[in-house]
Amino acid sequence: MSKIRVVHYINQFFAGIGGEEKADHKPEIREEVVGPGMEFNKQFGDDAEIVATIICGDSYFNENLEEAKAEVMEMIKKYNPDIFIAGPAFNAGRYGVACGTITDAVQNELNIPVLTGMYEENPGADMFKKNVYIVATKNSAAGMRKAVKVMAPLALKLARGESLDSPEEEGYFPRGIRRNYFAEERGSKRAVDMLIKKLKGEKFVTEFPMPDFDKVEPNPAVKDLANAKIALVTSGGIVPKSNPDHIESSSASKYGKYDIENVTDLTDETYETAHGGYDPVYANEDSDRVLPVDVLRDLEKEGTIGKLHRYFYTTTGNGTAVASSKAFAAEIAKELVADGVNAVILTST
Amino acid sequence: MVKEIERAGIPVVHMCTVVPISLTVGANRIVPTIAIPYPLGNPSLDAGDEKALRRKLVEQALAALETEVEGQTVFEN
Repeated sequence: MSKIRVVHYINQFFAGIGGEEKADHKPEIREEVVGPGMEFNKQFGDDAEIVATIICGDSYFNENLEEAKAEVMEMIKKYNPDIFIAGPAFNAGRYGVACGTITDAVQNELNIPVLTGMYEENPGADMFKKNVYIVATKNSAAGMRKAVKVMAPLALKLARGESLDSPEEEGYFPRGIRRNYFAEERGSKRAVDMLIKKLKGEKFVTEFPMPDFDKVEPNPAVKDLANAKIALVTSGGIVPKSNPDHIESSSASKYGKYDIENVTDLTDETYETAHGGYDPVYANEDSDRVLPVDVLRDLEKEGTIGKLHRYFYTTTGNGTAVASSKAFAAEIAKELVADGVNAVILTST
Repeated sequence: MVKEIERAGIPVVHMCTVVPISLTVGANRIVPTIAIPYPLGNPSLDAGDEKALRRKLVEQALAALETEVEGQTVFEN
């Protein structure tokens, strides 16, 4: 049997082209194995081979979703692969969104089996885990070998059209697909067993997890903007120059609160970004590009808004755990309420 | 973060470039911005035009805060 043909998608970083300064790299295709593809090829042995690698910058993909998707699809079509693999993206948010978007499109529009991998808190996982097979990985590239070890055999199964075992056995995120099988014990017995375990406080595994809908309803609109106090919050990591509180460039463990009482403009001498997940050149030149203090001061002076709140809050949303962000924001929100803030503008990079 | 602020009872507008992520994290009022490294600017413009662009986006955000919404709403340019 001839080898299974694989097309692999990776970002500019894993291709060795560069970091954030190259994140606007446009899609290119190479008829060779690049970066993590080597590990895949090793695991595939004689069963499959990567016939082409598509490389695209994470910012380019996310800022031009439709165009980038179309360009990459055209490239994939030419090689008519048996399976399309993207990533793994670990906890890189834009990379995860790119991997999810492109695998979803290839599966739906080209009818080619697809596989990607990422960390459970990657926004791409929540967005696409119901649509495509996503292998659960660690949160950093240190987990590459382990991830490929799970992904490679799964990719072969998908390419051959074989049926997969359960998400737990295969290592992918549950897609909410239910399949009939013969259980050893009947439902009533299993349910009672589960109940007894629950009553005893023992561990048990539900057969039908309830979906976790955590939606927050929108608050009523601001009625009187001219008298409203507006606060600025950002996940873009804007901090006073030299980052006095040492907010981490990724996986932030804290947030900053800074007084802007007499600040009318953020300049390259006074503010910068601590964020390590995007090219910092533009924010360091003029932090108003991320945190629009200058414009809000003008609008305050002109009476469009009542007041710009005295403090802004900031953290770096780069690989920062959802639980941390949630805790930061809960504290921030409490203070904002206590300070009588009427509305918040939250900016993200 | 958007969700926690909303949960505390304060209306919040999320200004960001990758709208699908904002929708996934549960923002209710969303204003799409320019680019990931400069959501509220454009370094290829001169300073005056760039500030005008930023002002337009911030005004959009304020307008979003003044608008009653039912569920997640993206305020397109």
